[in-house]
Amino acid sequence: MSDNNVLISVNDLKKHYKGGEIKALDGVTTDIKKGEVVVIIGPSGSGKSTFLRSLNLLERPTSGHILFDGIDITDKSTDINKLRMKMGMVFQHFNLFPHLSILNNMTLAPMKLLGKSKEEAEKRANELLKKVALGDRGNSFPSQLSGGQKQRIAIVRALAMDPEVLLFDEPTSALDPEMVGEVLDVMKELAKSGMTMVCVTHEMGFAKEVATRVIFMADGKIVEEGTPKEIFENPTNDRLKSFLAKVL
Amino acid sequence: MLMLSIGDWFSKLKSDFILNFVQDDRYKLILSGLGSTLVITFFAAILGILLGIILALVRSSHDKMIDELRPGFGKGLLKVANFIANIYLTIIRGTPMVVQLLIAYFIIFASSNNGVIVAIIAFGINSGAYVAEIVRSGIMSIDNGQFEAGRSLGFNYIQTMVYIVLPQAFKNILPALANEFIVLLKETSVAGYVAIVDLTKAGDKIRGITFSPFMPLLAVALIYLILVTIFSRLVNILERRLRNNER
Ligand SMILES: Nc1ncnc2c1ncn2[C@@H]1O[C@H](COP(=O)(O)OP(=O)(O)O)[C@@H](O)[C@H]1O
Ligand SMILES: [Mg+2]
Repeated sequence: MSDNNVLISVNDLKKHYKGGEIKALDGVTTDIKKGEVVVIIGPSGSGKSTFLRSLNLLERPTSGHILFDGIDITDKSTDINKLRMKMGMVFQHFNLFPHLSILNNMTLAPMKLLGKSKEEAEKRANELLKKVALGDRGNSFPSQLSGGQKQRIAIVRALAMDPEVLLFDEPTSALDPEMVGEVLDVMKELAKSGMTMVCVTHEMGFAKEVATRVIFMADGKIVEEGTPKEIFENPTNDRLKSFLAKVL
Repeated sequence: MLMLSIGDWFSKLKSDFILNFVQDDRYKLILSGLGSTLVITFFAAILGILLGIILALVRSSHDKMIDELRPGFGKGLLKVANFIANIYLTIIRGTPMVVQLLIAYFIIFASSNNGVIVAIIAFGINSGAYVAEIVRSGIMSIDNGQFEAGRSLGFNYIQTMVYIVLPQAFKNILPALANEFIVLLKETSVAGYVAIVDLTKAGDKIRGITFSPFMPLLAVALIYLILVTIFSRLVNILERRLRNNER
């Protein structure tokens, strides 16, 4: 905890539904350090999304603590909106704002929340758009884009806030197969640039290539974690072994 | 057995028309009645929309976040506001408009002699209850992912509503809102109960003077019909504009 490289520190996190009948998270403890690319894998219903969404408090945990930059975000007196500005999130279904142009999707939060001028915000947005090869689509609307393009926009929309960490919840699961690559490429670039990332994904190739750490979850718990090499080549847990047998 | 010839029928129509609208400038009564109807409808609609949005925000924010709010002033305020909103909705939707108007005029604002303003308030408060449910259904029609995307960027609840959810909801509920406006326009025809000479009352007054019901009442009906038709057209155009905006 005193390690000042730790960005997010999760301690005995629990999330129960129906008065404890469903334990979506059943005591998760882990630290996420700056610059880490953590990939979370595990069977459906194992609590991956719940864990990820707890990190920016889209789900409020039943018990346990999450420290972000040393601040306990589960504390009721913490201004969660301020902290969420530093934690970008990318969703499975993109969630672009359909009533706004791509440029306005990307400048809304920087202008309203960071107080950037329109010029500043648009300049940064255009830079980011070029990085994901969509420099000419600023004036398009989300409905005019393909799924892969939408997800690339969703990523740069989050980046426009200059977050300290990006959270991804199955960012390629809703995409047609031929579009998965273009989104993963953007994520790989990001990872190489040193961005701290936490990704729930079924893309084992991505995990092997860029993850600094892989977490395997089952039944709301971290069952095994380690480097991609450890997880994929020397799994020890039986459930991890049978999971890998199915997905690899 | 005697049949009126077409010529006779026309001259009867003509004298009826002169009696009801031209003589003593009676058409002016209709015009000023129409003016009152439009003024009451317009301002009541604005009041209704403002009240409706506030009520809808109170109700849906209560439902959405009362569990995650920390105990304190804000949470208490939201609870009280939601309680008041529910009472308001129950009373307004559970009682007839005419009764509400009479209560407003003869009890609550008994000291006021400006019937039109009392009517604007009464119709606005009434319309607000219906607009609230329309806006609430519009908010609920927006995918929760939109809400989460807004919150994940750091917007608070109100900002997410104002910048992201309400603009989209508005597009979805425009037909229902337009319908509510039309209902309101027609409902103002009971304003005569509180000594306001609106369009309906104007027609009825002329009928009382001339004892010839056909012309004035049909004229009144025709004017309402024209107003509703024009308004529907305008809304159609607006809807198409909004839809084109997204493509
Ligand atoms: N709102 C909810 N109410 C009840 N149960 C829920 C709710 N959200 C998630 N769960 C349950 O919590 C468990 C973990 O869900 P989730 O985190 O979405 O898993 P994953 O993302 O790994 O597929 C599942 O059993 C799911 O059914
Ligand atoms: Mg999931």
